Amino acid sequence: MTIYLLKRLLIGIATLVVASLVVFLMLEVVPGDPARLMLGMNASDAQVELLREQMGLNQPLILRYLDWARGLLSLDFGRSYTYSVPVIDLIKERLVVSFPLAVIALTLSTLIAIPVGLFAAARRGKAGDTAAMAVAQVGVAMPNFWFALLLVYVFAVWLRLVPAGGFPGWSNGAWPALKALILPALALALPQAAILARVTRSALIEVLNEDYIRTARAKGMPMRAVLWRHALRNAMIPVLTIMGLQFAFLLAGTIIIENVFYLPGLGRLVFQAITQRDLIVVESVVMLLVAAVVIVNLIVDLSYAVVDPRLRARQ
Amino acid sequence: MTETAPQSDGTFGDLVSRALGNRSFVIGLVITLVVVAMAAVSFFWTPFDVTRLVVADRMQPPSAEHWFGTDHFGRDVLSMIMIGSRNSIAVALVAVVIGMGIGVPLGCWAAARGGWVDEALMRFNDLVFAFPALLSAIMITAVFGPSAINAIIAIGIFNIPVFARVARAGALSIWPREYILAARAAGKNKARITVEHILPNIANLLLVQGTIQFALGILAEAALSYVGLGTQPPMPSWGRMLFDAQTLMMVSPWLALFPGCAILLTVLGLNLLGDGISDIFDPRARRRI
Repeated sequence: MTIYLLKRLLIGIATLVVASLVVFLMLEVVPGDPARLMLGMNASDAQVELLREQMGLNQPLILRYLDWARGLLSLDFGRSYTYSVPVIDLIKERLVVSFPLAVIALTLSTLIAIPVGLFAAARRGKAGDTAAMAVAQVGVAMPNFWFALLLVYVFAVWLRLVPAGGFPGWSNGAWPALKALILPALALALPQAAILARVTRSALIEVLNEDYIRTARAKGMPMRAVLWRHALRNAMIPVLTIMGLQFAFLLAGTIIIENVFYLPGLGRLVFQAITQRDLIVVESVVMLLVAAVVIVNLIVDLSYAVVDPRLRARQ
Repeated sequence: MTETAPQSDGTFGDLVSRALGNRSFVIGLVITLVVVAMAAVSFFWTPFDVTRLVVADRMQPPSAEHWFGTDHFGRDVLSMIMIGSRNSIAVALVAVVIGMGIGVPLGCWAAARGGWVDEALMRFNDLVFAFPALLSAIMITAVFGPSAINAIIAIGIFNIPVFARVARAGALSIWPREYILAARAAGKNKARITVEHILPNIANLLLVQGTIQFALGILAEAALSYVGLGTQPPMPSWGRMLFDAQTLMMVSPWLALFPGCAILLTVLGLNLLGDGISDIFDPRARRRI
């Protein structure tokens, strides 16, 4: 298990290195001179040249890459071309929206999916199972941004329970901020929950065929206890794997959903940066999100060992 | 699905009867055919001309004349959805072709060759999976400019490792079979065995994955167009229509309703079709689930 985890760790690091190379090279081929972009069209060639020198743009490619990569490690992403503030400050400011959003969405998705999966698996082939899986089938096909629009229409425009968009900030108390995040989190969570519910159900059904489940039932253990205590725990490995993969989707999803709700998160930041050609912001956010995915996948690998003691012993 | 599969005798007629008895397959096929037909018809006929802006007719609710109403330029929403389907199908289909065209040979190669080729390819796969696909698509379109072509490339690139993985797993399960051993004994080389024996036997797996990636491609294209990085106006696209509808939702909610339903139905149809195909080819595996 230790060797396995070490291998995963190495792969994670290699992923980050290659990702940084790809991101760096991709932005190298983009036409346009960042120094020229910062100074505007009226700047003289001498001024541009001076700034290029200051920004280190005249150095060879490999040196610039190493410099940039070293910066990434110390969370020094450089300065935004348009805002002229350190990128890390912009990211910190936006992370207080995106991070809670992703966490709430993941929590909601898990809280919906596991009970539905248990419910359907326990009633395999019966009406309840068929109905639950039909709903899940629709949920999988639902574009999350469209679902978001429908939620806005029903809960913000029609019922006026929550704001249709925008974010009041955490300084005005947690409740208004949470209220602004409820609909976006729900929009993100539901399609993911549909996938997770299907995976949970089929993993559980696989486990329910095992001998130890029959033994547990035979000694008189109630079905509910069998499901929660024996079946769910043994079905957790595929469920955790999918949850880890879904985190990546969720991050990408926040980018789209933040645009639906005008939330000032990382997604909005990326889009503004794209339209303003502020590429250093784009590459920083992309690297940050890739790092988040790699870390979450490592956590998932670790959690296998927690749910399955057999894996801990294996070499 | 609970229907018991009829006794399999492996003939084509048997396959057809199993297909027609499979609820997912039939519903999925009908929906998919309707969408494809809609796209095909839109090439020579739509109820209204979507390039003509009739300001007098703007924002009309659904009526006998305009079934799905009209948008803020007075364009007929049904006609736009029809033309948009063309666009969604084209983007998703070409992305699947890119993914299959590169991914399947790579996966088959890894399975046939084994060793370091296999290891390197699978590690490369892990790497691509670490990039959230939509995020990378956003970056690609941000760097190379938003367009339908760049959306196709971005979505296509992320189909490659998916097909490579499926092809490799499928091929690895076929290689130890006896008829492969026979083919090798007959002096066929690995490339020829792959084409003549492996590919036909993993075709169903690839077909199922193809429909899934097709559906995901439609969702991805819609998302990219919604944020303005996919298909560019004035070409109608489902995602873009939803973006336009968002600001008008207070006055004309139907503008947001119909394009969304179009996406939902198309993706649902493809997913059901995929489930159905995998049922038909491997009834035992599914019945257990």
